[in-house]
Parts: sequence; C-alpha cells; structure tokens
Amino acid sequence: MSAVYRWAPWIYLAIALLFIFLPVLVLVQFSFQGGMAPVPPFDGPSLKWWGKVLANRKITDGLWNSLLVGLGSASVATVLGFLAAYSLARKRRRLSGFYQFLLMAPITVSYLIIGMGLQITFNQLGLGKSLWAIGIGHVVINLPLTFAILYSQLGEHQANIERAAYDLGAGDWRVVLEITVPMLWPSLLAAFFIAATLSWDEFVIAFLMSRFDVTLPVVIWSMLRSGLSPELNATGTLVFIISILAVGVVEFLLWRSRKQHV
Amino acid sequence: MRRCRKFGRKSSVPKLKLGGLKSWGHAPALAWTALFFMLPLIAMLVMSFSARIDGKITLTWTLDNYRAFLTRADGTFVGALWNSIEVTVLTTLISVLVAYPLAYILAYRVPKNWQRFALVLTVLPFWTSYVVRSYSWLLVLSENGIINQFLLWSGVLDTPIGMGNSRFATVLGFVHFFAMLLTLTIYANLVQIKDSYRKAANDLGANGWQAFWYITLPLSVPGVAVGAFLTFVLAIGDYITPQILGGAKEMLLPQAVMLQIGRQADFPLASALSMILMLVITAAFLLFARRLKMERV
Repeated sequence: MSAVYRWAPWIYLAIALLFIFLPVLVLVQFSFQGGMAPVPPFDGPSLKWWGKVLANRKITDGLWNSLLVGLGSASVATVLGFLAAYSLARKRRRLSGFYQFLLMAPITVSYLIIGMGLQITFNQLGLGKSLWAIGIGHVVINLPLTFAILYSQLGEHQANIERAAYDLGAGDWRVVLEITVPMLWPSLLAAFFIAATLSWDEFVIAFLMSRFDVTLPVVIWSMLRSGLSPELNATGTLVFIISILAVGVVEFLLWRSRKQHV
Repeated sequence: MRRCRKFGRKSSVPKLKLGGLKSWGHAPALAWTALFFMLPLIAMLVMSFSARIDGKITLTWTLDNYRAFLTRADGTFVGALWNSIEVTVLTTLISVLVAYPLAYILAYRVPKNWQRFALVLTVLPFWTSYVVRSYSWLLVLSENGIINQFLLWSGVLDTPIGMGNSRFATVLGFVHFFAMLLTLTIYANLVQIKDSYRKAANDLGANGWQAFWYITLPLSVPGVAVGAFLTFVLAIGDYITPQILGGAKEMLLPQAVMLQIGRQADFPLASALSMILMLVITAAFLLFARRLKMERV
C-alpha cells in the first residue's frame, strides 16, 4: 500500500507527460517521413520534406509576417499596458475600477467575436485587410494580459523606491525610465514574450483580417485544407523549434535577471 | 521645486510637465480598447439587427436574425449551441481532473530545485502552433496510428477503428491543450499556499487526506476557477479544434458563425450568432464569479 502511495505520483506524472508529448513526438517523427503519406507507417528518415518547406516561399513569407506582427503587436501591447498599469497603480481615481474593468474586458470575449467585430468595423470604414489590421487585433487581445501582469508587479515596495528617486531630484521620465522600468524588467520581458507568442500563434483574427499577406497559422491552415502531407509535419516541427528557442532565450534572460537581483 | 532647492538653481526654462504620465498613462490603452474593441462590438450588435436586401446590408432593426437562430427548420443553430456547450463543459471538467493531480505533484512531490524545469517541460507543447497541435492528433488517432497499434498489440481490438473526426477527438484535442493551461494556473495557486497551514492541520490531528480535503483543496479553488473560466471562454469560441478534429457529423457554434461569414457572407446572421455566443460566455462569467465569492466567505 505504501509502495503504491509512494510511486503513484511518479506514474501519474509519466503518463501525463506521455499524453502531453505524444502528438508532438509523432509530428516530429513524421516530418522525416520518406514517402508521400503523412500518417504511419513510418518509412524514413529523410530530409526531403524539410527541403521542400525551406524552399516554399509561402511558408517563409508567412514566417516573416508572423514574426513581424508578433514582435510589433507585442511591443505596442507592452508599452500601452505598462503606461496604463503605471498610471492606474500610482494615482487613485474615482473611476479606477471602471478603467480596469474596461481594459480587462477583451479577455472575456472569444477571439472569433473580436475578429469579426473588427472585420465589420473595417468594412464599414472602408479600411482594407492587411498585416496592420492583424496587428491591431492582436494588440486588443494582448493588452489585458500585459496590463494585468504589469499592474500586479507595481506594488508599494517599488512606489517607495520611486519616491526616494523623486526626493533625490529626478524628474518623472527619469524615474520611470531609470527606476521603474529596470525594476520591472523581468515582468516586462515576460509580458512581451507572452504577447508575442500568442500573436505568433493566433489564427482566427489573422484569418479574418488578412487577404494577401498572411501569417504562418493561416498558411498552415490553407495547406491543411488542400490535403495532408508530410510537408505540414515539417512546417509544424519548424514552428515548434522556433518557439522552443524563444522559450529557452526568455527562460535564460529571466534566470539571469533573477540572479542579478538576488 | 524640490529639484531647484537641492541643486541651488532656479530652472528658468519651463520644463515639460511630465507629472502628466500618472494622469494620462492609461489614456492610450483605453482609447485602443474603445476604438478597436468596444466600437466593433457595438458595430456587431447593430449588424445583428440588420438585413441583407439584394445583397446589400441595411439596418432595419429587424429581429429576423435572432428568429432564424431559434426557428431554423433543421434546428442547426440551436443544435450547434447545445453541441458547443456540451463539448465545452465536458472539456473543462476533464481538463480540471487531469490537471489538478499534475499541478499537485509538481508543487508538492517534485523537489524544489527541479520544479521550474519540470513545469517548463510539462507545458512545452503549449508553444507548438495551435493549428498544428490539433492536426497532429489526427496522426496519433489514425487507423494505423500509434493508439490503434497499441490497442491491436494488447489485444483490446481486433480491427483498427478510426478515432478522428468525432466528438471524442475534439474533446481530446481540447483537453490536451487546456490541461496544460490549467496546470499552470493551479500550480501558481498551490505554491502560494503556506506550508504552515497544512502543518497546523497535521498538528491538530488531521491525516494527509483530511489536510488536503479541508485545507489545500479549498485554498486552491481560485486557481481552478481562473483556469476553468479561461478554458471555458477559449474552448467555446474556438473554431480550429472542432473543424480539424470534429469531422462533419456535428457542428459547433463557432463553425456555424464561420460558415455564415465565409460561404454565405451573411454578416447580420453571423453577428446575431456571435451575440448569442457572447451571452453564453457572460452567463458563465457570472457563474464563475459567484462561485469565487462564495468560496471566499
């Protein structure tokens, strides 16, 4: 009985990890498929499909568009989120609660609804579909997250250090840029990273707001609709690798900044 | 002024008044939300009362689109709503049941030094492309996929069965994604619960199960509620997973909405359907919010 009790957690952990990694491992394996069939049986390994992916202009263009939209919209969302968090955390207002509610509201609405609303609005205003339109939509969905993350980190402890800087004669911008931003650096980085990855992977808004310049999830979607192929597996694996690299870099940066601050 | 006294000089050049940042910092974000979130919602609400006359969309303050939802002869839309609610509730329940033990093990059984690594590892597939992640379940579930092979080898099955293109596949794909999300929110909650509470319970004679049932579990409800609410909102509005894994047998509400936009270009009807979807989400929000408050008392 006690042996069961001792081993049960580890067995559960192993099964859960197997479940979580199963589709990813199968995907990676079948990106090295030899034949035409994207599904088992496996007859590789071969780099044939990887060559095709890297030579496919649609995929590489989509990759760049996704990076562009992801980094751009994450930057805007982080800056706007920071300004709002700073303003609402440092100055009490009668309407503070209402402002917070408004800023958080998009999180309770499906991406599909946000995307469709934007599409209708843009139609009515006669604005075209473009990467800019996708970016605007992605800022909307990421703003609540960056705001919430940064707002939760602007506590009294930081406020006291800011007051000390004011007393020593620093102006407002100097306090923000030289005291608040460096203090918040890990959270800013985390907020930016989360916003960038959500944008990078977002499908529905990108699908509704794009026509000629499309992002990678939309490219993958259209490949999927024209039939399964090992090329899709290789594309998916490529996306996974890029995401893992980003996670690694961010984990490293966070780890380093934690070490410096301790 | 303080600055002038300290440095013993009068600033003759009037400085830009930057104490402003605290007063206007929230304005750009609010403007963005108003312009690109509130306004589109209003546009969509208005659109849902419009009609298509000769292919042109005109505002007529009609309720026809909502009537179409209720009375479409084949019951497509009401059926789609029910399918959506069933799949989402099922997904949320199973995801919580899968994620809770996982988060618990990560928080209390895995050694402290390894926790961050274990957590990052557990949610690593979170960062794969959402579209690709759904699609890769098709590889796993296919007739000569790994699950069928295992079932054949172990003698459970004699002939392989196709498991893709079904509600089972949709829920499985959802659970895979949302179990990771819930593991994150529940873990973040569990590690904040002070050890001393459980120790106090043990000192007062509670065994491990009692300490879990009366101390840890109630204190972890907020983490579960946040994760469950996010799961509900994201799952009920998702188009990709049911479209890729669900097959053609049944339709969920987001698929119905996309069908109206895509093939029919019927924005008024799509808007009305979206409004109904939003109503369901709002109801869920109120339900979860009340649960949270009740638990806090």
